[in-house]
Amino acid sequence: MTLYADLKVTRGSFELDLELTVEPGEVVALLGPNGAGKTTALRAIAGLLPVTAGQIRLDDEVWDEPPRVFRSADRRPIGVVFQDYLLFNHLSAVENVAFGLRARGMEKRVARAEAAQWLDTVGLTDQARSRPRALSGGQAQRVALVRALATQPSLLLLDEPLAALDASTKLHVRAELGQHLSRYDGRTLLVTHDPLDAMVLADRLVIVENGRVVQEGGPTEIARRPRTEYVAQLVGLNLYRGVAEGTTVVLDGGGSLTIATPSSGPVYVAFPPAAVSLYPERPTGTPRNTWPMVVSGIEQHAHTVRVRLTPDPSATQDRAAPAVLLADITTAAVADLHLTPGQRLHATLKATETQTYPT
Amino acid sequence: MSDRRRQRRIGGRLPLVLLLPALLGLAFLLVPLIGLLAQAPWSTLPSRLFSEEVGQALRLSLVCASSATVICLLLGVPLAWLLARAEVPGRGLIRALVTVPLVLPPVVGGVALLLVLGRRGLIGQHLDTWFGISLPFTTAGVIVAEAFVAMPFLVISVEGALRAADPRYEEAAATLGAGRWLTFRRVTLPSIAPGIVAGAVLCWARALGEFGATITFAGNLPGRTTTMPLAVYLALETDPDVAVVLSVVLLAVSVVVLACLRERWISGLR
Repeated sequence: MTLYADLKVTRGSFELDLELTVEPGEVVALLGPNGAGKTTALRAIAGLLPVTAGQIRLDDEVWDEPPRVFRSADRRPIGVVFQDYLLFNHLSAVENVAFGLRARGMEKRVARAEAAQWLDTVGLTDQARSRPRALSGGQAQRVALVRALATQPSLLLLDEPLAALDASTKLHVRAELGQHLSRYDGRTLLVTHDPLDAMVLADRLVIVENGRVVQEGGPTEIARRPRTEYVAQLVGLNLYRGVAEGTTVVLDGGGSLTIATPSSGPVYVAFPPAAVSLYPERPTGTPRNTWPMVVSGIEQHAHTVRVRLTPDPSATQDRAAPAVLLADITTAAVADLHLTPGQRLHATLKATETQTYPT
Repeated sequence: MSDRRRQRRIGGRLPLVLLLPALLGLAFLLVPLIGLLAQAPWSTLPSRLFSEEVGQALRLSLVCASSATVICLLLGVPLAWLLARAEVPGRGLIRALVTVPLVLPPVVGGVALLLVLGRRGLIGQHLDTWFGISLPFTTAGVIVAEAFVAMPFLVISVEGALRAADPRYEEAAATLGAGRWLTFRRVTLPSIAPGIVAGAVLCWARALGEFGATITFAGNLPGRTTTMPLAVYLALETDPDVAVVLSVVLLAVSVVVLACLRERWISGLR
């Protein structure tokens, strides 16, 4: 029983056009910047928004196929965890969880008992009678999760399930959510703009930009071989597109660089900012990728400093430098180099640190 | 302390041109009410309050206003839902029409009701010949007249509450398998309950004070259609003291209503 969605939704000038499949037991993350159409896709699959064209079906059970078929949300076997949870404030936690069971015709007492068991699985037995307002963010998120799971849906939809939490609880709740998702044997579609959520929770990532799928694959694949600027930024890599000839790649955006394994034709070249070293003077060693650069930005990250570099316009160079280069260096190195914006220095990159893959 | 001093200074700067009419306006609103209380025959008030005449009018008023409120709730809440949530063509026009009874002189409302529901009226004649029901000059007629005048208060209040309520909770209910009716009962209604209560109280107060439409449509038949406001008017001619007593009772009711709405209105206006 595979969920198959061919979503075409037109809203004003925005056009969503993407295809998705989710297998049983699989967690698929829809990852993209704000306004990419992720939530629109989730709403269409949930039945809160009809598609303009295309089809949504669970195997051969058609949920939405204009103009003939449209199953409303209440008649789709789904569970949804909303971004701000949308727990019913006039009901206690256990009544919230029992809501879906009651709506499906279960007798009140039985529904409550089952809801209490669900709360128990997320360790909230003590909070069963609490109103949603009295719960912490993490607790509310767990109530929302079991409320969605209680009806044993075929498809679980999560809309930015961790976005409403503060950074300190997020880590813990994310790990917990991962455990619950691995126990759930239905299909899960997770919508998020946080690459970490997607990488940790999902088996497969679908990256959406401007309503289109730009890349799809496992977390490792995406992390190592990004295909768009956005994805490269998400996973923190330098990414260039160019044409390879042997070990030289001429970059589309200007400049060229040397790679370790010979290749040919249009390729992507990716490497981590940590692979870039900075020197005040031109180094005399082996690296063949050496470029005179100018510091255009310095940004403090957790334990490193990210330096943004652009080619030094005054330097006559044997190899043209890439248009933008990111380098991660230690805070100590920043002090040693007396880094300031506008400063000239040399950047080197070992060819062996690069990943090259065809476009 | 500094706050109070600053306030006082601002007060002192208030131009006399504004302050004088403002105080005059306040007096204009309050003095008649104070006069009513001052003129009330307090010593004989309890005995008059429990007299046959007053008791009858009071009972009839409470029954009619409450019944009218129930009718308004049964019809007005769905109407408010329609205006707030459903996609009906010409919704703006419908909303404008709903509020007409708010500004319409009640007597005109009474005439309109008479023309439609009267014994010879558009619908009234069928009610009479088919079911033998005649509304004018009956207690039921009083209820109809009061409901007609009071319903807009309820509809406006409930519609406002519905617009303020987050429709995404209804979507959440739908994803949990609840149909529209169940969602309305279990999610929408509880979330707009304060709006419904406020609307119902306003509606009830308006129905209790209704005069024009009632006397036009239902006449003035003691024990059957003579509600408090009609009794006040009637008593002024015969026994002014009774009129004063009835007025004091109605004033007390108004104050209680205001107290009930205090949270929503006065604090909201502050």
